[in-house]
Amino acid sequence: MQTKRMTFPGSWLPYALLAPQVAVTLVFFIWPASQALRQSFLRQDIFGLRTDFVWFDNFERLLADPLYLNALKVTVIFSLGTTLLSMSLALLFAVMVNRMIRSRDAYTTLLVWPYAVAPAIAGVLWWFIFNPAIGIAPYVLAGLGHDWNHRSSGTDAMVLVIIAAAWKQISYNFLFFLAGLQSIPQSLIEAAAIDGASRTKRFWTIVFPLLSPVTFFLMVVNVVYAMFDTFGVIHATTEGGPAQATNILVYKVYRDGFVNLDLGSSAAQSVILMAIVVVLTVVQFRYIERRVNY
Amino acid sequence: MVENNRIGDLLAHLVLILGVAVVVFPVYVAIIASTHPPGTFVRGVMPLLPGPNALENYTTVIVEGRSRAGTPPIGGMLWNSFVMAMAITIGKLSISLLSAFAIVYFRFPLRIFFFWVIFLTLMLPVEVRIVPTFQVVADLKMLNSFAGLSIPLIASATATFLFRQFFMTVPEELMEAARVDGAGPMKFFRDILVPLSITNIAALFVIMFIYGWNQYLWPLLITTDPEYYTIVMGIQRMVTGGDSEPLWHLVMATVVLAALPPILVILFMQRLFVKGLTETEK
Repeated sequence: MQTKRMTFPGSWLPYALLAPQVAVTLVFFIWPASQALRQSFLRQDIFGLRTDFVWFDNFERLLADPLYLNALKVTVIFSLGTTLLSMSLALLFAVMVNRMIRSRDAYTTLLVWPYAVAPAIAGVLWWFIFNPAIGIAPYVLAGLGHDWNHRSSGTDAMVLVIIAAAWKQISYNFLFFLAGLQSIPQSLIEAAAIDGASRTKRFWTIVFPLLSPVTFFLMVVNVVYAMFDTFGVIHATTEGGPAQATNILVYKVYRDGFVNLDLGSSAAQSVILMAIVVVLTVVQFRYIERRVNY
Repeated sequence: MVENNRIGDLLAHLVLILGVAVVVFPVYVAIIASTHPPGTFVRGVMPLLPGPNALENYTTVIVEGRSRAGTPPIGGMLWNSFVMAMAITIGKLSISLLSAFAIVYFRFPLRIFFFWVIFLTLMLPVEVRIVPTFQVVADLKMLNSFAGLSIPLIASATATFLFRQFFMTVPEELMEAARVDGAGPMKFFRDILVPLSITNIAALFVIMFIYGWNQYLWPLLITTDPEYYTIVMGIQRMVTGGDSEPLWHLVMATVVLAALPPILVILFMQRLFVKGLTETEK
């Protein structure tokens, strides 16, 4: 890793400059993470009197636990649903806005602000709209013959949290897609038009493939978002219910650690989640490296 | 564009207007709901036109709160959110600027090691190590304090990377000139580097303010004293606190007030926001 050609001399100053950041990182990141790792190999009895070292028993139990496997499945459905919904809407909006000349900035402004809304608030907003008693959406759905109730139907609850989580993420995806579209050389599109390719054909054979780095990057970011940043959406609305239907992994770590007080299991779940984040981060960085070099 | 296509343009406008409508709808409904008297939500479907109670509802939530359901007046919660967001933002910016300066402008043993220590934080979101982090904060007696709300969240690998990236592009000559003129490292940092980074600092400020304001899980865990409740977590207490159906007109007034500050930040600083978002890439 490079520095400047010429650097300042100094023996203690650089350490002093790094000290605050390193201190916070050690105390609140590395130490707790290592604690999670340690606890994932321990088990306490129910009175908290004895703690035994149980090797990989917590992990084995976890992977044999139908509730955990359910949470895993729910997380996959939730992440894929959120990613697909918000990315496809964002791409559609970005392509449309990119056609505009005078109204581009106005539409952009109108589409970016939901980024500022906290996930928990997004959850409450959509929860209100879909409220079975007074909400407008169930009223409309009843007219179409669907009896909406996210308090009893797991599917309805899943749809609700996916909509709330995807809604908030549209603005982020939109901005990146729009930037991606604007970096595509106009000459390529003109050449295809002269060869007689229709607008649709041009999109699928030129624009969409050229967008693939952005699309891939956004997929990783969206999966990370759906897996880790959506705690508020779940907690403020369904609380994992009904019957575990929306109990995503991050929510389960919290429930098992703070409500059920099963520290060993919660720690093992933390360790698995950290492994997932590490993999996703590495994937993301490989992508960034590749993009810089192409 | 390549060819003119009136019908296509019209269609595009139609799609976008519908899209904007869908995006705006939840907030519209919230604003409408916050202007109605409580009786509206007992029967029938929620209204889509404003009601007469706006002033009354907003005064109620700001001044009185709902003491029965355990939520304080939201004036205090808004202030707490603001203090927490500012503390996180300023904290993150200062420690990241300092450590990026150390990594780029000095050569010292263990430099790579420290770089990796900072990099690790990128991989450990607070949600995945929530129980042990809570224990650390509890052991340090930082529950129910602004220090506990903000300090554990101020380490940020992304800001450090961004500043490092930017410092690498600063011309070498500036530093050479500063050294020839006899300026020490801290004087160079204060009088040259920080002023040069001001746009980057502002862009990151917008992103991090929103990040800090929207914190949810962390304040939920470490505040048990209503005096330190932040507005975003307070809403959850209002929705689920008490056995009855939530008082929607007051909940929605609170939602509007909680969402407004970060939305205003984005709308007024859109250019900086877009810059910050696309450059931090996270």
